[in-house]
Amino acid sequence: MRVALFLTCVNDTLYPDTGKQVLKLLTRLGVEVDFPAAQTCCGQAHYNTGYRHEAEPLARHFSDVFGEFDAIVTPSGSCGAMVRELYPRMGERARAEGRGGELAAALAPVVPKTYELTEFLVDVLGVTDVGAHYPHRVTYHPTCHGLRSLGLGDRPRRLLEAVGGLELLELPGAEECCGFGGTFSVKNPDVSAAMGEDKVRNAVSTGAEVLCAADNSCLMHIGGTMSRLRVGVRPVHIAEILASTERETA
Amino acid sequence: MTIGTGGNAGPTFVGMPAVPTPAFPEAARTAVADPVLRGNLRHATHTIRAKRAAAVAELADWAELREAGRLIKDHTLRHLDTYLVRLEESVTAAGGIVHWAADADEANRIVADLVKATGESEVVKVKSMATQEIGLNEALEAEGIHAYETDLAELIVQLGDDRPSHILVPAIHRNRGEIRDIFRTRMASWGRPAPEDLTDRPAELAEAARLHLREKFLRAKVGVSGANFMVAETGTLVVVESEGNGRMCLTLPETLISVVGIEKIVPTWRDLEVFLQTLPRSSTAERMNPYTSMWTGTTDGDGPRVFHLVLLDNGRTDTLADRVGRQALRCIRCSACLNVCPVYERAGGHAYGSVYPGPIGAILSPQLRGTASEIDASLPYASSLCGACYDVCPVAIDIPEVLVHLRERVVQGGEAVRAGGKVVLRPAKGHAAERAAMRAARLALTHPGALRAGQRLASRTRRFHPRTLPGPGRAWTATRDLPPLPPEPFRDWWQRTNGGKDGAR
Repeated sequence: MRVALFLTCVNDTLYPDTGKQVLKLLTRLGVEVDFPAAQTCCGQAHYNTGYRHEAEPLARHFSDVFGEFDAIVTPSGSCGAMVRELYPRMGERARAEGRGGELAAALAPVVPKTYELTEFLVDVLGVTDVGAHYPHRVTYHPTCHGLRSLGLGDRPRRLLEAVGGLELLELPGAEECCGFGGTFSVKNPDVSAAMGEDKVRNAVSTGAEVLCAADNSCLMHIGGTMSRLRVGVRPVHIAEILASTERETA
Repeated sequence: MTIGTGGNAGPTFVGMPAVPTPAFPEAARTAVADPVLRGNLRHATHTIRAKRAAAVAELADWAELREAGRLIKDHTLRHLDTYLVRLEESVTAAGGIVHWAADADEANRIVADLVKATGESEVVKVKSMATQEIGLNEALEAEGIHAYETDLAELIVQLGDDRPSHILVPAIHRNRGEIRDIFRTRMASWGRPAPEDLTDRPAELAEAARLHLREKFLRAKVGVSGANFMVAETGTLVVVESEGNGRMCLTLPETLISVVGIEKIVPTWRDLEVFLQTLPRSSTAERMNPYTSMWTGTTDGDGPRVFHLVLLDNGRTDTLADRVGRQALRCIRCSACLNVCPVYERAGGHAYGSVYPGPIGAILSPQLRGTASEIDASLPYASSLCGACYDVCPVAIDIPEVLVHLRERVVQGGEAVRAGGKVVLRPAKGHAAERAAMRAARLALTHPGALRAGQRLASRTRRFHPRTLPGPGRAWTATRDLPPLPPEPFRDWWQRTNGGKDGAR
């Protein structure tokens, strides 16, 4: 199986460590991962801000770069949802605009083989215990697009529960949006910040040292709020936890 | 009344007091900063949210009911012309009189003329979104006719000279103490005063409202309502409610005038089976609402002797023409999307500048009214696209999909139907810089070399990056720290270390 890492433009630029941790984790599980260097961005920010036509070339580029692989793994629920849920919709819309089925056909190959990281682990590799060790109190925030668009369900939770030394604490209002929402965070900054502060308050109330999520965009917003409020809870991508082993944490 | 918003002509809110309506982000800023309002909304929405979830979880076939509701509504909308004619025939055959109103002004004029023809100067009202939408109360007042709201929450709003902030619970932004104060100071000028020693106990507040309203019910000769459903095959109208005030208004007066949006049709009586299960559980979290009133034309010696049905378009046919946006017309006004929305919870209903607040309002108002005004052009962005609204919608309206579609209309313009005719909308103002940035980003992102050059430049200058950003970036750094930039992007690390195989970290 030829597996490609779609790291996403945000992670590539701001969170390269997440990429290294995904690599480390998958390598440990015996999966050889390629990083096609021509990859850029799935086009989600363009699409969701109303620039569908600008997103189309990005989607085509994605399909060109990743089309040859058997599986495409991404450590982002929202970018995974962009490919899986919205690429087919972009194809439909192009058809409805009288542009034929060409776009739909160009994007179709990558749709079914794009997986969010926890989905890939549980559904494709069939593992929930990835041999990780992370001796910390952790609370988990299910990000919206992973939860509702991809339907990740309890996969991330099952992975976390199997981590050695990890104490998983229930996050109150876990399924409420953190307030990031891409360009929403700057177009409606007051509401976005209020949502973020409530999320942080809930995280603090659990007594956790770490707030974990499977999407760094949301963690950038939550973590930026935590840092500003100086609450002492750290934002951590689930890949970092799953990549950690007893050897390092000892 | 036209409300100016920053020099642009704002939307017409005939049904609203003269309150300026700024774009959503500004209106929301005020609400977010109001701790009492935040507390009221949080308490109310979280309570009903949990109750609804429990009421829905009781039904093993909820997913099937939701799908059936979607299909019935889509089928009806696809053949709306046929069903509207069938409904007119059924209502007429049952002794009702059908009127057609293309817009708010026409509907208001029809109702005002009908009331005047009775010689009466007051009407009692059942809670109705359609009459709020067209601003009927204010239009009647201008003709010397007093309209009395009889739903408890609508009464609170009317007495308080306020605006509704929720579809189902129009006074959700008020707490008990505020309601007591409104009753004490305002009831006397509208009719029977509140008791001197009124406290904020719910039972006392309800009793004060009951006594105040009773004299209106017994005196009124004309009732005005909307309807939750209209059954095409029989001409039956349906109102579901909790308080019994609706039953009073629908049965006591001699004349009943119902103003109903044309999308409220269901083809057959049997179709009600679906919605009479999904609506109460979604809205009030009840298995069955306390009062379900159904009437078919007029009946001698029982209820109103004269029944008028005013069928309201007011932008609905235009909305129906939009392939993506038309699903908003499935809405049965349950409010589940408001109660679950994290943005509504913080911003409150007034920020949406419409009688339809929350997620459904954010897709309905810009379609019914167009996107020309500042508030209407800002509504499609009043969402983080978290999708909680779509999850709870009992007719499966994909609200995030329509929001994104309307964002596209705002920034790109394009074809739409207005007043029955095709128009080409121009992109809204104020998006030129964003459009240029999106285009530049797209160009860079279709060329990996350009992306890499940008990343390297950012990484190498990272020591000089400010902690707070100027211009539009301030919207981020006002409340959130920026993440530190790494020394190199992943792609450089990958290349330098041969995918980590060379052992370097």
